[in-house]
Amino acid sequence: MKKSKGELIFSIVNKLVLGIIALVTLYPFVYVLSASISNGEAVAAGQVLLLPKNINFSAYGKVMEFRGLWVAYGNTIFYAVVGTATCMFFSVTGAYALSKHRLMGRKFFTIMVTLTMWFKAGTVPEFLNFRSLGLYNTRAVPIIGFAIVAFNVIILKTYFESVPESLEESASIDGANDLRILASIYLPLSKAGLATVALFYAISKWNGFFWSMILLRDENKVPLQVLLRKMIIEMNATSEFSDAVEMARLGYSVETVVYATIIISIIPMVVVYPFVQKYFTKGTMVGAVKG
Amino acid sequence: MLKIKKNIYRDRYLYLLLAPMIIWVILFKYKPLYGLQIAFKDYSLFKGIAESPWVGLEHFKTFFTGPYFYRTIRNTFLLNLMILAFGFPAPILLALLLNEIKNLKYKSFVQTATYLPHFISSVIVAGIVINFLSPSTGVINIIIERLGFERIYFLIKPELFRGIFVGMGIWQEAGFKSIVFLAALAGIDQQLYEAARIDGASRFKQALHVTIPGLLPTIMIMFIIQIGNLVTLSFEKIILLYNPATYETADVLGSYVYRVGLVDAQYDLAAAVGLFETLVAFVLVVGANKLSKHLTKNSLW
Repeated sequence: MKKSKGELIFSIVNKLVLGIIALVTLYPFVYVLSASISNGEAVAAGQVLLLPKNINFSAYGKVMEFRGLWVAYGNTIFYAVVGTATCMFFSVTGAYALSKHRLMGRKFFTIMVTLTMWFKAGTVPEFLNFRSLGLYNTRAVPIIGFAIVAFNVIILKTYFESVPESLEESASIDGANDLRILASIYLPLSKAGLATVALFYAISKWNGFFWSMILLRDENKVPLQVLLRKMIIEMNATSEFSDAVEMARLGYSVETVVYATIIISIIPMVVVYPFVQKYFTKGTMVGAVKG
Repeated sequence: MLKIKKNIYRDRYLYLLLAPMIIWVILFKYKPLYGLQIAFKDYSLFKGIAESPWVGLEHFKTFFTGPYFYRTIRNTFLLNLMILAFGFPAPILLALLLNEIKNLKYKSFVQTATYLPHFISSVIVAGIVINFLSPSTGVINIIIERLGFERIYFLIKPELFRGIFVGMGIWQEAGFKSIVFLAALAGIDQQLYEAARIDGASRFKQALHVTIPGLLPTIMIMFIIQIGNLVTLSFEKIILLYNPATYETADVLGSYVYRVGLVDAQYDLAAAVGLFETLVAFVLVVGANKLSKHLTKNSLW
């Protein structure tokens, strides 16, 4: 097909605009990385705009020494792994039952679950509910407190419904019960769906902060995000990093320590993200179409 | 009757599988609804929900006549209007531009880059914003000074809060939200474009007469969903970014509920404000749905 001059210009401008958008989106990450490995004074003097200046890793050394950060990091990994497993157990079993059209009361239970997307009791009643269930200041909060997200259940249900029924019929003729059929037929055939939903849960465990912030009191229980809020937003923990003499000697500053902390905490996400991106894209579309 | 029993027995394992989910939903989603009654009670932790005395609409009165009613309502609406005006079209525009790119590698580079901030936690995104805008060491102010202007105290100026907040939202979410619109664009019948080309429609005309109408149902559905989420969802990000200096423009219903209820422990008053907030959100969704049904024949229900 021949392109007119106008279309050619449009195509070039379009590529240029999108390129700029992509670079503007990425710039904060590049800056944070560059600043975190630069000399603190150079950063303060505004000599770092894109590339690092007087490369210096002492900010990372300082962060490494901060024990609280690693406790929180360990907590987050624990919550992400155990929490995601818990979420998957609750969501997969329930979604599978809801995907069976022969189940009596299916409609009622489906509505009961999906309604929770819109009807929320609100922050305070939910907070009091956590207290009355005896979960206040326990590690159960990030694990079981948010075990089911209706949107994810819908995604799983959609995947299960797309498995041909004939497979189930032949298995049940062979005498397999529903538990066996789920484990040996449906789960292996829905791997893409399971991966997508597990990732959705894992990300929300990794990134969530609000409920952990208000329900977890002990410092050795809080996840990374709660500590990060203290460190990089309230600047509360920075007194540990503001010994002026040592700063000058080693070449870090409060800012470079903050930036190094940011880099250390987003590394897992940035490393894993390119590989799992396609699952998100798929899952979001399935959920949007069905939800 | 016998048949029902037989069916339940046949599906006993399915009910066993369903049970954990239903129990969880009741304990964590429906039981708190029972606790909502404290909005109408003089609640004390000591007496518990059931034993606390009723006070009728006392807490609503306190809120409606108090000094924060006008401020939080105004901020909730203005902030949400700005998100609708700027944050909502951004992913649509991005999807339209991405859709015109034929070079798949370039397209996937732009997609990967723009989806990325969605996966970074709000705490870190807000942390980056705060550090970048810092008057003394923030890179934005360094650039502003280089260009020969005065440094700006971004985060303590109430008049700048909304813009910063909306901008942060666009940076974080525009890319990821474009996925839904890209999917809708891919679903438009290619024959329509061919027919338009045969009729001599330019690319711009094709966009106007084929792309936009094809995208409209998705836009309307996302718009209604967005309105329902708006009122309640954004306060977790607001409390990361605001401070007493910017409460004047930043404090919304959700953040007020958080401060009154969870910081000051006035649970009953906060529950009342939260209930009011939910009602506002509900009215807005129903309204948006009706409007959309009337104007474009698309609706959630």
